[in-house]
Amino acid sequence: MIPAPFAYARPTTVEEALQAIADCGEDVKVLAGGQSLIPVMRLRLAAPETVVDLGKVAGLRGVRDDGDAIVIGAMTTHSDVLADPLVAEHAPLIAEATGTVADRQVRHRGTFGGALVHADPAGDLPAVALALDAEFVVAGQSGRRTVPAGEFFVDYLTTAVGEGELLVEVRVPKYTGWSMRYEKFNRVAQAWSIVAVAAAVRREDGRIAEARVGLTNMGPTPLRARQVEEALAGAEATAEAVAAAAERAAEGTDPTSDLNAQADYRQHLAKVLTRRAVSTAAGL
Amino acid sequence: MTAVEERTGAAAPEKEIGKARRRKEDARLITGRTTWTDNMVLPGMLHLAVVRSPVAHARISNVDVSAAREAPGVVAVFTGRDLAEEQGSLPCAWPVTPDMVNPGHPSIAVDQVNHVGEAVAVIVARSKAAAQDAVELADIDYEPLPVVLDMEEAVKDGADLVHDHLESNTSYHFVFDAGEAGTGGDTEQAFSGADVVVSRRFVQQRLIPAFMEPRSVVVQPQGDNYTMWSATQIPHILRVMAAMVTGIPEHKLRVIAPDVGGGFGGKLQVNPEEILCLLIARRLGKPVKWTETRSESLMTAHHGRDQVQFVDIAADREGNILGLRVRLLADMGAYLRLITPGVPALGAFMYPGIYKFPAYRFECDGVFTNKVPTDAYRGAGRPEATFAIERIMDELAVELGMDPLELRRKNWIDAAEFPFTTVAGLAYDSGDYEAATQQALQLLGYDELREEQRRRRESGDPVQLGIGISTFTEMCGLAPSRVLGSLAFGAGGWEHASIRMLPTGKVEVVTGSTPHGQGHETAWSQLVADSLGVPFEDVEVLHGDTAISSRGLDTYGSRSLVVGGSAVVRAADKVIAKARKIAAHLLEASEDDLEFADGKFSVRGTPGTGLGIQEIALAIFAAHDYPEGIEPSIDADATFDPENFSFPHGTHLCAMEVDTETGFVKIRKYASVDDVGTIVNPLIVEGQVHGGLAQGIAQALYEEAIYDADGNLTTGTFVDYLVPSAADLPHFDTGNTVHAAPGNPIGAKGVGEAGCIASTPAVVNAALDAVRHLGVTDIRMPLTPERVWRAIHQGGDGGDRAAARSNAQAVDSSDAPSTSGGAL
Ligand SMILES: Cc1cc2nc3c(=O)[nH]c(=O)nc-3n(C[C@H](O)[C@H](O)[C@H](O)COP(=O)(O)OP(=O)(O)OC[C@H]3O[C@@H](n4cnc5c(N)ncnc54)[C@H](O)[C@@H]3O)c2cc1C
Repeated sequence: MIPAPFAYARPTTVEEALQAIADCGEDVKVLAGGQSLIPVMRLRLAAPETVVDLGKVAGLRGVRDDGDAIVIGAMTTHSDVLADPLVAEHAPLIAEATGTVADRQVRHRGTFGGALVHADPAGDLPAVALALDAEFVVAGQSGRRTVPAGEFFVDYLTTAVGEGELLVEVRVPKYTGWSMRYEKFNRVAQAWSIVAVAAAVRREDGRIAEARVGLTNMGPTPLRARQVEEALAGAEATAEAVAAAAERAAEGTDPTSDLNAQADYRQHLAKVLTRRAVSTAAGL
Repeated sequence: MTAVEERTGAAAPEKEIGKARRRKEDARLITGRTTWTDNMVLPGMLHLAVVRSPVAHARISNVDVSAAREAPGVVAVFTGRDLAEEQGSLPCAWPVTPDMVNPGHPSIAVDQVNHVGEAVAVIVARSKAAAQDAVELADIDYEPLPVVLDMEEAVKDGADLVHDHLESNTSYHFVFDAGEAGTGGDTEQAFSGADVVVSRRFVQQRLIPAFMEPRSVVVQPQGDNYTMWSATQIPHILRVMAAMVTGIPEHKLRVIAPDVGGGFGGKLQVNPEEILCLLIARRLGKPVKWTETRSESLMTAHHGRDQVQFVDIAADREGNILGLRVRLLADMGAYLRLITPGVPALGAFMYPGIYKFPAYRFECDGVFTNKVPTDAYRGAGRPEATFAIERIMDELAVELGMDPLELRRKNWIDAAEFPFTTVAGLAYDSGDYEAATQQALQLLGYDELREEQRRRRESGDPVQLGIGISTFTEMCGLAPSRVLGSLAFGAGGWEHASIRMLPTGKVEVVTGSTPHGQGHETAWSQLVADSLGVPFEDVEVLHGDTAISSRGLDTYGSRSLVVGGSAVVRAADKVIAKARKIAAHLLEASEDDLEFADGKFSVRGTPGTGLGIQEIALAIFAAHDYPEGIEPSIDADATFDPENFSFPHGTHLCAMEVDTETGFVKIRKYASVDDVGTIVNPLIVEGQVHGGLAQGIAQALYEEAIYDADGNLTTGTFVDYLVPSAADLPHFDTGNTVHAAPGNPIGAKGVGEAGCIASTPAVVNAALDAVRHLGVTDIRMPLTPERVWRAIHQGGDGGDRAAARSNAQAVDSSDAPSTSGGAL
């Protein structure tokens, strides 16, 4: 379909981009990879007056080493994330989850930042960012601020990025010595998650010292399965212990019912997938 | 795959038939550098966009298009009222019973809309974007009427009506009773005497053909002549029908199907938009184009399947089948399109499958609902029939405690019994079900997998394994014209071809069977190369333009090679017969002394003499020297009308892994052995089988068109309507047995639908075989993980939340705005 008419700006720096957004008033949309925005515009579910395209803002692309963290630019494409050695070394969970996103064409255009700001409950990266305690650097005309992952995802398709602001980069702590697993459940290869579980585990002397578990599509925002994490902390690294902890994965969740799954089935899946993700991450 | 081989030297050319030629049309089709209808640009061309009803059932109380008319770039806006006098009714060519009720089908709604997506106004603008922008400015008021969606409710007394001027929602009641037809015994008697009767209700969910190229139409008026380009399977039928609907005389209307990107039956239609383009081009005297969006395509192009099947089978304790009874509710949607009512009727004769039933009765009600009409979709009636028989055979085997393969073997037609007249009155032509089955068992590695299944069961493995069996046959090669006449179909089933020998010896073949991706150009070239003994490369195949190919009945129902190809072979025979007279004259020999081989006439017993048919083409073009009393041409044409259907058959085996913890099903291995008669091009045959398997598996596992309680199509994009890709499908182990069809000169039986017909029940049977021991009795298609999981955890068919309705309908529509996966 054809989108409604819109004006178009293509800044080359973050400052220009913020200025362009400020100049264009309220009805403006930022375009990253366009893999979510363009379809809704073509379906005319969104009809912004102005589109500010970040495609030429070179400073927003790429991954860099920043001491105890790696920093992923918002405009880094999914395929660049997949190929990045820093991501592979320090946060392989991100690469694994990114590899399950859509298909090659979409991954070539869609961006890390776009996927996070879009905050689709079925999207794969929000739960991963949450599980890894990522920090989000948000820029506005008045300067930059850093938002912890726990405060970033506010509601269905809503994040802490305010009007007139941009997500510029995401800091992910280095998880040296951890192992990770993303368990995605969907019906066909290129589809979104019905439910998915992101797990990161640090083992010490036959025990699980620490675990982080993020849930995809178990509510309007990504969730941390804190009860599971608590049950795992210090637990023996055995199948039984993991299974017992995973039984608590759906506690406190209120997932939606839709074409793919009704809520109770989603809750069941969360338990099974948590068990599998943690088991794999823990090398069981 | 065999490498494509070069022709060498003067040695006798290798036979083309049987060669795995790569398709000569593919380069242009795959790159898109070709004549897709939407690639057409004509001077002064205007663009149409259709304003569509957002409600499923309503009276139109007010239409205000004044703002749309004022919009930039808009040239005109037409409402239903504007076109009411001239639009006529879209045709239905198959009145399956004499008293079938057809409410008529306007191309654009005038007073009432009957499904979401029905056209209510058409914007004409200078650009596509301008037309689309103005759509939102059309202001239409709807007075809602009760929405009829569920067939089982719709046929009850006092049900709300789709068409309130009709007495009920039933369009027709079609019966085939073998006892009454004299082709079988009395069904009631067969059932009353039986030891075992098994009854099941199966749901054939609604599917969307989802062809790759969206529909597109261009109409150019020239004086009182009109040329229509359309992405259609059926330019010839469309021409006749469009002439009848619009009153444009047939000889003033030329229809061209240029390259067409898939159809699967979905473009076997006379579409509302084709008629609207003609009417508007006539009004404005300007060329117009309409190309649908994917959303429009999913919502308004006809759908397929959508039947509820009640099936009873009777047998004795030893597993000898005694009778079959089938009662169908078939969802017509809101209107009858070209062959809407005929699709279930086409299946009527196939329910007995490959088995020797002594008694059989079939009944079908065509039911109106407030949904887009159903019509042909790959297999059209026959996949539904095959599903029912192959599922009920498994159910009977369970009831009898018999091996499902043994039960089938006990009851199928033996190779020695061909030709065999079935209880439905069809004369099956040839085949060997045992041979195909043996080969399939080997391809699958049946014994090892059965052993693995046993191990997994014993150890209580969370991943269980099942093996599903399906056999099939179908009536193919549509169709003997007289038989179609006896079924009240509105046309014949012959096909036409002509061959033009050009002065340089090159050959033009004109076929009436219009391809939309099947590879006719390659296969027909192979046929002609062998018949005339000319190089493959010297043959060009022309099609799809009623001004070039004046007679034809187009492509559907696996008819092209069987009927259309046979016409080509017959035309080639006539070319040779005509050339023989000229060769005799030029070689100064008697016709009887000439033999024709490898493209050359030679005098028997006189080595070294000879005249090539390509040389004769030049000689007769010059026409300086030819016999008295004949015309100076060796061109010929032929019309082939088959005397019987052809009956491809096959055995398909599926090994399925079921994750009992999540309900996820995964095909472990798939083997199919099809007998499609003579194979002209193995590569094309394999391609057809692969594509068919993908679609048949998709029905079993992935696809369903779902409407919410208000009649909105919830699966309105490919986010929610799940078409699988290669990534979701297993490697296919395919094989063939070859029993030539006796009814046509090629010996081909048809391959277009085979994979799609046999795979669906094989897949479902496999999943059930994996989990039956856990108390599962049935799982509704598509086998979503949730349905499988509910069936395993609750037993039976998983209860109402899994089975009675689709998942989406089990929660009300306010609960489920859309799939949250990909809320864009
Ligand atoms: C067929 C298909 C399948 C898909 N499957 C999956 C899947 O399985 N899993 C998955 O996770 N995703 C999937 N996606 C979504 C994909 O990951 C998208 O790339 C992603 O959701 C959006 O990223 P984008 O760069 O394309 O953003 P865009 O579409 O350009 O933007 C999305 C939204 O974010 C805003 N935005 C983008 N960047 C910024 C920024 N820097 N600052 C502020 N606002 C910003 C935009 O204004 C817009 O509202 C799929 C997409 C498609 C088309």
